Amino acid sequence: MGELRFRDDATHDEPAVTLDSFLDQSNATAVRIEPGDDARALLPHLDRLALIDVSFPKYRDGRGYSSARILREAGFKGELRASGDVLVDQIAFMRRCGFDSFAPDAPLDQAVVAASLARYEHVYQGAADSAVPVWKRRHG
Amino acid sequence: MYKYDHYDQAIVDARVEEFRDQVRRRIAGDMTEDQFKPLRLMNGLYLQLHAYMLRVAIPYGTLDSRQMRMLAHIARKYDRDYGHFTTRQNIQYNWIKLEDAPDILADLATVEMHAIQTSGNCIRNISSDQYAGAAADEVTDPRPWAELLRQWSTFHPEFSYLPRKFKIAVIASPTDRAAMRLHDIGIEMVERDGQLGGRIFVGGGMGRTPMIAPEIKDFVTSADLLSYLEACLRVYNRHGRRDNIYKARIKILIHELGADEYRRQVEAEFAHVKTLGLDPPAAEYDRIAAFFAAPAFDADAPDAIDRSDPDFALWVDQNVAAHKQPGHAIVTISLKPAGGIPGDASSAQIDLMADLAERYSFDELRVTHAQNIVLPHVRKADLHAIWMALADAGLAEANLDLISDIIACPGLDYCSLANARSIPVAQKIAARFASPERQRDIGELKLKISGCINACGHHHAGHIGILGVDRKGTENYQLLLGGSGAEDASLGKITGPGFDEDGVVDAIERTVEKYRTLRTDGERFLDTYRRVGMDPFKEAIYG
Repeated sequence: MGELRFRDDATHDEPAVTLDSFLDQSNATAVRIEPGDDARALLPHLDRLALIDVSFPKYRDGRGYSSARILREAGFKGELRASGDVLVDQIAFMRRCGFDSFAPDAPLDQAVVAASLARYEHVYQGAADSAVPVWKRRHG
Repeated sequence: MYKYDHYDQAIVDARVEEFRDQVRRRIAGDMTEDQFKPLRLMNGLYLQLHAYMLRVAIPYGTLDSRQMRMLAHIARKYDRDYGHFTTRQNIQYNWIKLEDAPDILADLATVEMHAIQTSGNCIRNISSDQYAGAAADEVTDPRPWAELLRQWSTFHPEFSYLPRKFKIAVIASPTDRAAMRLHDIGIEMVERDGQLGGRIFVGGGMGRTPMIAPEIKDFVTSADLLSYLEACLRVYNRHGRRDNIYKARIKILIHELGADEYRRQVEAEFAHVKTLGLDPPAAEYDRIAAFFAAPAFDADAPDAIDRSDPDFALWVDQNVAAHKQPGHAIVTISLKPAGGIPGDASSAQIDLMADLAERYSFDELRVTHAQNIVLPHVRKADLHAIWMALADAGLAEANLDLISDIIACPGLDYCSLANARSIPVAQKIAARFASPERQRDIGELKLKISGCINACGHHHAGHIGILGVDRKGTENYQLLLGGSGAEDASLGKITGPGFDEDGVVDAIERTVEKYRTLRTDGERFLDTYRRVGMDPFKEAIYG
């Protein structure tokens, strides 16, 4: 597994538990959610979570992008990791949705990752990152 | 016409470079076809039966002569000298080489065009009314809204891996010329208490489970529109079915949840999304709308048309529509010549239409969902010159909305999904009803043909629809009656057992002849069908 991380803090070592076991009064500080899990179930507990691992069993299944945004929009500041079938050409969109670490099944070519993250200077819409949409640039 | 600023241009240019890199990695073997597929699809590149097919976006069907000439250039340089205008107001090229695709995108970018999101499970090209800015009945020009949506949906990071493709149409007239309610989201811009806003319909579509979109919100103010759509899409992205590709469109979600429950979820999501500041300010709408200001019409343009040439007069009666500006008219150029392929145009014809637009139509053209081309702003005094030029190029067919103005998908001649051929059936029907007098006598009759259940040829929405299926290894054609994609949207019903290719042409003729005996004064085929129902036609067909 090729790790890719955009955070300065130390890697969180505690294993992530499933959403069900977390909600079942677990003291875990890391949770793993599947595409069909409701990310909003975590919202009351965000302040005690250091890592949320969002699973992508198939790259085509885009539910995790919404999960990520929902968590960031609710103020989650911990590590948000995309894991599984995560492809290099998806990293830029995932970054915009708030993911700041990646654990892809197949290793990513770091040069291609870097090039794709640098490619688009402008974005059309607001998301969970700090990119300023062009309509805001146009109107100050 | 919208013009790119340096932001728009930078985004499209970056896309060209990105795709060039992706193609290079694919050709070098760094990516499998399975990994490459979603990337090429988001650039409109399909692998078809014989070659790659490239679909180029024509946002809301509007383009200028420079862009139209680029479409001809691409046909000439990279394809077999023709292109195919589609039911989503786009153009596609059927004989593209993978290694040429990045150069084609680079050529397109020089005229502010692209192939972004013309396929894939993302928000597709926004479609609109081909008479926008010219029709007398519009509340506002829908295209500034369509352009706002184009920008919002382009590379939307959350909605690029939806359960299935997602099509949005925006209109602003009570007359629906864009089959709005057969889209995943249909928006009708309306005015209420002096304020502009959208009536939102969600969950329409064709395919194997056709549905007419229910109204989800009767009025969303223009200041909330993008947030409301963001909420509509988020509920779909999270809860749309992903277990079965045939049940993955939003129409199935809404059908299973019920419109009321879907609305409730969207409203809850909207209450949250609206706090995120995603809606551009009114100044951005104003900036875009300024590009669509009415052209400098000739206020003294004469209203009379010299009808002394009878063939010209017939074309005027059939293919020319009323314009909001006195002395002006809207011309529809039929891409349905007898014996031709619906929607196809040669590069020479595309160039000619560009020339006519530049000279006579304030440099504007439109593509219609019925696969024709519109010159939206023509002086009536210029109609005869336009008609003469079109006639020389084989483009003066006077058959708009008549039985030979057929919508047809590419079918088994090109498409890897098709079960049956569509084009030869369209040609046989056009040949059977070749007489212009007979066509005019039959009157408005929208005939639509799909070569498989995916319904790209809109057969559900045809006054008469044909669906090609595979029956034990042979092509079989089912006949449907009573569909409509207009403001009175309805879905066609199957008449009964299917036919072979010649049989379906015979069945259509029997249907049409029955209509002629049943109709009352001024009744279109669709009106008669709705009045008398299926039975008399069934009897005439199968008798």
